[in-house]
Amino acid sequence: MKVPDMIVADFKSALLNIDRIKAAEIFKDIYAEDQSFESLEHLTAKSLEKIGDEWENGQVSLSQVYMSGVISEELIENYLPDDEVFYNDNIKIAIGVLQDYHGLGKKIIYSVLKAGGYKIIDFGEGLTVEEIVNKTLKNDINILLISTLMLSSALKVKNVVDILRDNNSPVKVIVGGAPFRLDNDLWQKVDADFDGKNGSRVLKILNKYTGGGQ
Amino acid sequence: MNSMERVMTTINHQEPDRVPVFHLFSHYGAKEMGISIKKYFSNPDYVAKTQLHMGKKYSNDCLYTFFYAPIEIEAFGGEVIFAEDCPPNSGEPVIKSIEQIKKINPPKIQDSKCLHKVLKTTEMLKSFIGDKVPIIGVVMSPFSLPVMQLGFEKYLELLYFRKDEFEQLMKINQKFCVDWANAQLKAGAAAICYFDPLASPKIIERETYLKTGHKIAQKTISQIKGAVATHLASGIAFPVVDDIVETGSAVLGFSNEDNIEAIKERAANKICLLGNLNGVEMASLDRNKVAKKVKNIIHQAAKGGGFILSDNHGEIPYQVSEDILLEISEAVKKHGIYPIKVEK
Repeated sequence: MKVPDMIVADFKSALLNIDRIKAAEIFKDIYAEDQSFESLEHLTAKSLEKIGDEWENGQVSLSQVYMSGVISEELIENYLPDDEVFYNDNIKIAIGVLQDYHGLGKKIIYSVLKAGGYKIIDFGEGLTVEEIVNKTLKNDINILLISTLMLSSALKVKNVVDILRDNNSPVKVIVGGAPFRLDNDLWQKVDADFDGKNGSRVLKILNKYTGGGQ
Repeated sequence: MNSMERVMTTINHQEPDRVPVFHLFSHYGAKEMGISIKKYFSNPDYVAKTQLHMGKKYSNDCLYTFFYAPIEIEAFGGEVIFAEDCPPNSGEPVIKSIEQIKKINPPKIQDSKCLHKVLKTTEMLKSFIGDKVPIIGVVMSPFSLPVMQLGFEKYLELLYFRKDEFEQLMKINQKFCVDWANAQLKAGAAAICYFDPLASPKIIERETYLKTGHKIAQKTISQIKGAVATHLASGIAFPVVDDIVETGSAVLGFSNEDNIEAIKERAANKICLLGNLNGVEMASLDRNKVAKKVKNIIHQAAKGGGFILSDNHGEIPYQVSEDILLEISEAVKKHGIYPIKVEK
């Protein structure tokens, strides 16, 4: 169900003000109206998408993006249907941080995608090239999201892609993190399939690729 | 003019003989020496000699005693992870829970072996170079250090929801930061680079920064007994130029995402700008493109002084080739001679 723009704006404002109480009240009111989990997903996905766009335009901070994702994920968890039937289980998506131990970017994307109706396998942080490749092949992943912080880690994405292709893996690789933001062409140089600059962009890519999600 | 005169003139918002260039070499020295990053930082002699060598080779207008960001975490008892071709990273957060903050004491500089290596390097450089080239020491701001102490996620919880513990940690970090900065100045550093990436509105919204990190910076910088440059480590700086001026900083490191003309206008006669080459991009540019970039930046930012050309992150990536660095220095000598001639 589509939530009115005015309520999306209120929810977004509560998230940007890191106001957990106000955000929970809006969630409760929306759910009380039609008992629809779909409405809640629409509300969070739309709000987080707008927040992601505003970060791109320099209107909001990374910490606001992160906290918005955390609050949304907490709320979604509380209302998640028991059988989780809504998730698109036909497609297997995983996320991991290559080499680095900084998980903020991964956590943001994870929260946004979860709020957007996708089930994500978390491969963790500090992964080597071999570890991320092995986990991807072992789990038959269809879409692999790789987050990086350092330039050297970003350049190693090419090794990941090369080994996956050598193993005839059809997996699509989406990359994100600071080095890809600082060099707009870097995702192509490392042979990734998509540039996932922020959560809303990744969400759009997945929705296009899977034909939905919410 | 020697480097010190050139830098001091531009910081005083006057035009020196040419635009000063700061190649901020940290772990890049290991590449230059052909040894591992871990080995390089194990011996102050390696760092000091390589700094002097690189200073000459790349016509650098500063010597930089920055080892790696998590050296302060090491002083707090944390782990540092060395890799082959990137800056050393901090390991597991040294503060495991917010409750632990009450029990922490700031490390004593004299008891810390890792910090001693930096001081020793500074002393060696100072005894060799005297006052001809400014030696730049580095501290992490008390406000930004917790990203490594706690991990980013836990720190944001602390910042937004645990005011008492946040203030307690800031007191600990402030005491350490002031002591660490002053020890480097005493060892021979001419100025301190105060890394504060969280001051950028790209990372923390300005409203929150003004209530927290800004006040902390004012209090901390006022106790540092020397000149301070605030660096936002690639974060956009334009919206906080006046706020950084209020902290008492003489220099501001700005981002490649900042509009150069706009920030120049806002900073004029208030704070000297340092930047804003994109280090990540430098790793894949050719000599012609980097020369054009240097020329453009100089044309937009150098007039009237108050400008030092540098990368925008505060550290040259390992992947940047020496050709590119040499080209930057050449381009500065070609296009950065005052008075700056802007071709129409």
